[in-house]
Amino acid sequence: MEETTLNNNILAKLSDKFGEKITAVSEPYGLLTFVTTKDVIVNVLSYLKGELKFNFLTDITAVHYPGKDHGIAVVYHLHNMVEKARVRIKVFISEQNPTIPTATTVWKGANWMERETYDLFGVKFEGHPDLRRILNMDDLGVHPMLKQYPLEDPNRVDKKDEFFGR
Amino acid sequence: MNHNHPVFTDNDPQSELVTLNLGPTHPATHGVFQNVLQLDGERIVSGVSTIGYIHRAFEKIAEHRPFYQITPLTDRLNYCSSPINNMGWHMTVEKLLNIKMPKRVDYLRVIIMELSRISDHIICNTIIGQDTGATTTFLYLFQFREHIYEIFEEVCGARLTTNIGRIGGFERDFNEIAFTKINKFLKEFPVALREFENLLSRNRIFIDRTAGVAEVTKETALEYSWTGPLLRATGVDYDVRVSDPYSSYQDFDFEVPVGTSGDIYDRYLVRNEEMWQSVRIIEQAIEKLKSEPKGIFHADVPEFYLPPKQEVYNNMEALIYHFKIVMGEIDAPKAEVYHAVEGGNGELGFYLINDGGRTPYRLHFRRPSFVNYQMFAPMSEGMLLSDAIINMSSMNIIAGELDA
Repeated sequence: MEETTLNNNILAKLSDKFGEKITAVSEPYGLLTFVTTKDVIVNVLSYLKGELKFNFLTDITAVHYPGKDHGIAVVYHLHNMVEKARVRIKVFISEQNPTIPTATTVWKGANWMERETYDLFGVKFEGHPDLRRILNMDDLGVHPMLKQYPLEDPNRVDKKDEFFGR
Repeated sequence: MNHNHPVFTDNDPQSELVTLNLGPTHPATHGVFQNVLQLDGERIVSGVSTIGYIHRAFEKIAEHRPFYQITPLTDRLNYCSSPINNMGWHMTVEKLLNIKMPKRVDYLRVIIMELSRISDHIICNTIIGQDTGATTTFLYLFQFREHIYEIFEEVCGARLTTNIGRIGGFERDFNEIAFTKINKFLKEFPVALREFENLLSRNRIFIDRTAGVAEVTKETALEYSWTGPLLRATGVDYDVRVSDPYSSYQDFDFEVPVGTSGDIYDRYLVRNEEMWQSVRIIEQAIEKLKSEPKGIFHADVPEFYLPPKQEVYNNMEALIYHFKIVMGEIDAPKAEVYHAVEGGNGELGFYLINDGGRTPYRLHFRRPSFVNYQMFAPMSEGMLLSDAIINMSSMNIIAGELDA
């Protein structure tokens, strides 16, 4: 119950400030989740850090939803250590032109998290000081976490979902 | 080609700087990572970290494995405290499935997690001793890591990459030998730890080497998303076990030690004190177990918990559940869940997206070593090479967790 009040307060303040830019609000397992757009993401992060005391950037990662209009979701996890609140922010960006402003201007620790996301998903963080691959070698050529790159031999037939009614 | 192995060779004949490739395999780095340092004498002018030498694409593999097959992958993240990773993953899935664990299982898990925290901190602190020139301390305390591994062996059969427990509990109950070994450990370890502290904590040479070296302020640590003992050494009392209690940590009475300056000596002290607190927690857990009903080692969730093999062969329901679990056909809600546990090095987070398929749609590991390590190169600038080496040891960077 307490968690919900806290989340509602955060959400009310965010909606006041950013209005319609905050969409698709949900609370899976008590973690406030919302979607915003890439033109305001840095402002949202700075506002959360400065005004709402979300002083800690837990994580940046991405998820690939192939075939959608905006097929790559960049996901931020923020943490307010004082009030023990967490928030998850998603920004959907286009697969063809996956660019988003960098969060390194808000947290220095975003540096490697964004490099990892770039390496695995090809998301280009604009304004990042050193956007190179971090885990894979530079001449890999692909961003391996995208769903079109299979893990195993694609000719294998014994693990296809259609055999299980899906 | 801008390859991922930056080797700066200074072509300027007038240059007084020396390029040193520290790693990828160097005995002082205790793991596979490379740092290319520019040295002015013994002082580091600049450094570039290169990681990824043991990147095994666990996140990609996890997208193709049913939940129960992901546990062995988590073993290989921080392989110095595998059980914490295993438990973290089990609890993530249990959170997704809304499984409520019996108290006895929680306490057993707490015992295992705290034992592995001790083994993790033993490694880090004895290595700091080793790197400052005190091999004795390393030898004194390291045998207790062996004793911890013997306990793990008794519980799950494995020592290093444990794959301990199942989603929904443990694969078997702790036997009497395990409890005997835990009690023996609780009796002997404090003596050895006290001896270890006597050797190092007030040791003039050790203090001179570590105190005031690699100081980090709270603000910088938070800016770089540090967690775990490193963050606590700077004075921030953030511990996932307390701020976001999982698996019955709220039932235990323990303290979160914090440092003041964030230097290597403070990190050492914080880790030492955490070992004492872990011992306290295990003692309390053993005490609490006595009032719990015996023989319960898993939650009563037949649709998610692998049934014993004997049942599978003789019982229709067990066979069905077994088949469904092994084939990844369990009925998990389509949802997103983030679950964090306090690993040996900090907040170990699991971000799981389930779309109702046989495997996770996406699984991301928030790996503390990866996040902590990015500060190593910037903070090494201006430091002596020998200080940078013990700084790296005190950060307890585990290559498996770094690269995933």
